[in-house]
Amino acid sequence: MRTRWSLRVVGFLYVAFLVGVPVVAVVWRALAPGIASAYDSVVNADGLHALELTLETAAIAVAFNTVFGVGIAIILARHRFRGAAILELLVDLPLSLSPVVIGLALTLFYSSREGWIGGFLTEHNIAIIFAFPGIVLAAAFVSLPYVVREVLPLLQELGTDSERAAETLGAGPTTVFFKITLPAIRWGLAYGVLLTTARILGEYGAMSVVSGNIIGQTQTFTQYVAGDFTNYDAAGAYAGALVLGILSVLILATLSITRRRGEKLN
Amino acid sequence: MSIEVNSLAKRFGTSVAVENVSFEVPAGTLTALLGPSGGGKSTVLRMIAGLEVPDTGTVRIEGEDVTRVPTRLRGIGFCFQHYAPFRHMTAWENVAFGLKVRHRPKAEIKARVAELLELVRLTGYADRYPSQLSGGQRQRMALARALAVEPRVLLLDEPFGALDAQVRKELRVWLRELHEKVSVTTILVTHDQEEAMEVADRIVIIREGRLEQVGSPAECYDHPANEFVLTFLGPATRIGGTWVRPHDLVLSRLETPGSLRGRLQRIIRLGFETRVEVVLDDGTETWVQLAGRAFEELSMTIGDEVYVSMNEAHEIPAVTATTAGAG
Repeated sequence: MRTRWSLRVVGFLYVAFLVGVPVVAVVWRALAPGIASAYDSVVNADGLHALELTLETAAIAVAFNTVFGVGIAIILARHRFRGAAILELLVDLPLSLSPVVIGLALTLFYSSREGWIGGFLTEHNIAIIFAFPGIVLAAAFVSLPYVVREVLPLLQELGTDSERAAETLGAGPTTVFFKITLPAIRWGLAYGVLLTTARILGEYGAMSVVSGNIIGQTQTFTQYVAGDFTNYDAAGAYAGALVLGILSVLILATLSITRRRGEKLN
Repeated sequence: MSIEVNSLAKRFGTSVAVENVSFEVPAGTLTALLGPSGGGKSTVLRMIAGLEVPDTGTVRIEGEDVTRVPTRLRGIGFCFQHYAPFRHMTAWENVAFGLKVRHRPKAEIKARVAELLELVRLTGYADRYPSQLSGGQRQRMALARALAVEPRVLLLDEPFGALDAQVRKELRVWLRELHEKVSVTTILVTHDQEEAMEVADRIVIIREGRLEQVGSPAECYDHPANEFVLTFLGPATRIGGTWVRPHDLVLSRLETPGSLRGRLQRIIRLGFETRVEVVLDDGTETWVQLAGRAFEELSMTIGDEVYVSMNEAHEIPAVTATTAGAG
């Protein structure tokens, strides 16, 4: 009985001092100068632009990773082919690769000046690095694994019998996907999409390499927050952090509801 | 609505699943593909359905070559071994699926689904999800779903394989009745010889990817094509170098012409039947199956000297014993 209690206390204290207290401190500091001041340090031209850029980036990258994530999961679950292991490894790579390395890798390939396809891009007047497309690429890269990882086990558990059964009943491939496969993976997919969104909203490292951090143009919201901090505008930084924090809490709440609904269904 | 399978063959990698299998299923019959597990019968069924593509050979349904026709255009109903229910749909929606895919009018779908649910005795379960149904109910739902689209042929893969013994027996009788009502040409895969003999008009025996025999249950039982069919379809024992069914042997205290002498070694009582094991004077073992109280009337005990004779009429002529030791 005593060990059980002490284990709980230790676990709780660890998480409290690692996560809980610092986060509360941020909220505290953000609101210390008053709500009006906190509001002003986020709701200004540059701050709003950064927030908008981040949200747009998330929308596009999430859409791509949802479509391709489901596609890749289906390929991995349903096809046996040489190279499947390599594909799976590449999908997992962003989990272990440092975001800074991801940013550098993208720059090395897509940069107009020194990138491998830089000549082609310059010729056709396409800007990727230090521009919006580069930010979206970085966002998509870092968040690639989540949809695949959530959907793949559900597809494997589903098996192929119910899809084949639908075929014997006259359903074509599109009907089979939308009426049988998608409903079976929908909660996992929703969970994966939320994780992808959260990852992109919080991404800093890869974006700081590829975005160029041009205020009011290519500065993402995490960069805006970090920028405030390095400019000794701690109050502004905390207010920005609070906005990110609120977004995280919203996503977290949706996640736990999604997970519970998914569990109830299975 | 006959089915004709011609020289079907299928390999998976290096292992041969089906080798040169040909047979016909007459319209309106219920045929069982029978054989040991892993012998290729399910693969044959899946090739008829178009769920597997044969390496060589053809499949004809009503004379039409469907070997290259996609599953959804073959006009088949298929029941999977584990029923493959659509888990996110109610029983009603499961049964209605094929009709909805075909864009049938709503009123027609309603009427047809109600009729089918009644046929499979699930009328009160329309709003239940598959997870809220028992194994037997799921099985019947899968059957109704397959029948909804009025298939030309109905294909059942181990339909009772995952059910407990009591439910199996009930469903067998029910399937037989259903077939008489619906009379759609049906093929069912099973590894259970009793199930095949009870339910089917005809049985197709497949072992290790090859066809062993095709015929009515009685034909196959009384005139097995080979030793495998003989021993697979029912109990068999050897006496004097020939195979016989142990219920065709006669046990006596008195010597009769052609009888062999031996010593009673073991008595096994299984309710309605008694198995009596006898060691013959030449050292070989055989056993006699006696029904009801027939054994008690003989009042024999272990160690008694007995005579075993064979009813000549029931000798299985085509099959000569090649291996020692019999079931």
